[in-house]
Amino acid sequence: MYSSETLLQVNGEERQVTIRHADNLLYVLRERLGLTGAKPGCLNGDCGACTVNVDGYPVKACLVLAMEMVGRTITTIEGLRDTPIQKAFVENFAFQCGYCTPGFIMNCHSLITKVPQADDSTIKDWLESNICRCTGYQEIEEAVKSVLLEQRGT
Amino acid sequence: MISFDFEYHKPASVEEATHLHKSLRELNKRPIYYTGGTEITTLGRLNQVNTGAVIDLKGLPECHTQELISGQLVMGVGLSFTRLLESNIFPLLSQTIKEVADHTARSNITLGGNVCGQIIYREAVLPLLLTDTQAMVAGEAGVSHQPIHQVFNRQIQLKEGEFLVQFKTDEAYLQLPYLSIKKRKQGSIGYPLVTVAALKKDNQIRIAFSGLCSFPFRDQKIEKILNQNGVALEARIEQAIQQIPHPILDDVEGTSEYRKFVLSHTLLDILTVLKGEGHV
Repeated sequence: MYSSETLLQVNGEERQVTIRHADNLLYVLRERLGLTGAKPGCLNGDCGACTVNVDGYPVKACLVLAMEMVGRTITTIEGLRDTPIQKAFVENFAFQCGYCTPGFIMNCHSLITKVPQADDSTIKDWLESNICRCTGYQEIEEAVKSVLLEQRGT
Repeated sequence: MISFDFEYHKPASVEEATHLHKSLRELNKRPIYYTGGTEITTLGRLNQVNTGAVIDLKGLPECHTQELISGQLVMGVGLSFTRLLESNIFPLLSQTIKEVADHTARSNITLGGNVCGQIIYREAVLPLLLTDTQAMVAGEAGVSHQPIHQVFNRQIQLKEGEFLVQFKTDEAYLQLPYLSIKKRKQGSIGYPLVTVAALKKDNQIRIAFSGLCSFPFRDQKIEKILNQNGVALEARIEQAIQQIPHPILDDVEGTSEYRKFVLSHTLLDILTVLKGEGHV
């Protein structure tokens, strides 16, 4: 087995971990680092349940090798505390079964941070990266918009 | 999870990458170059790709270049679609790739990965074909520059051990009227029934297709038909569709007859817009 002992920057901490070269980031987060917030769904880059943030951008953790992440800054749902989007998800009932929620929140958190002036078309473009099989899309969109409006002071 | 093991290497120079490929080949590792990696991670999980070593090119500074140098736009193959869209330095390329996969996936999908991919659509190559872009190719013998039409014919045509480093597009092409339209069976995410990209140069429309056949292509015979002045647009389009030089796809996305129907309307939209030289 080809593996390397390396350091990953996860949720503001430097984590020492042995990575099998063929393992994706999702597997290493869940099975090696115990961070089970990112969810396995399709494992094919379609559903977005495994979304984490890498250097501020949303990334599907099933689509990247963990070895690629050396030197990058990774944030998982466990690394968010009392953020406006988490509060907005609760206030807008933006989840039902909750399985897709960590991935959606990570994507929405990046959107709010990267594009504070996002219009409807941009919001739609970003949110289409995630699938909610309970079809709670309306509430999720409302949660995002409520944060954007609050940030803009309107 | 990928069931087979492979070595991961991240060289820091072009020379190191090609030497690494050679030495891994000699060890029967069947190495593959890696930029975005989305096909390797997804197809590897299904055992449709197998390798003993990947060589990640993202450590090469040349693969991240995105700037105008001496009248040419230089784009590294490691640029993600997200970075290309954020800069919008090549508007036709932006318009063509902005609907590939989804927003999050586009931060992983790279220019080089898409052009060299197994996926039949490879839409990023359309603007490169239309602009007669040059490709910088690295191999054991060093680096060479070759026309895109030489390194891409239906699919990438590289010799063993070679990889694409950069694309170089004349700056003049970036100012020309263009239009790219992607038509799907339904929704706004997914594979195309047909993607048509077009550019108008010297009053002649250049046109390239993806999703129509089992590979992307540009065909000068079709361009000649579509540029016949004095012939009604509808007649030109009908004639062009009859002359598609390869079998038209007939699959779950759509039958070949339906694709022809969608294509005829898409061509009409493109020719109508570009006749007026407008960008959309």
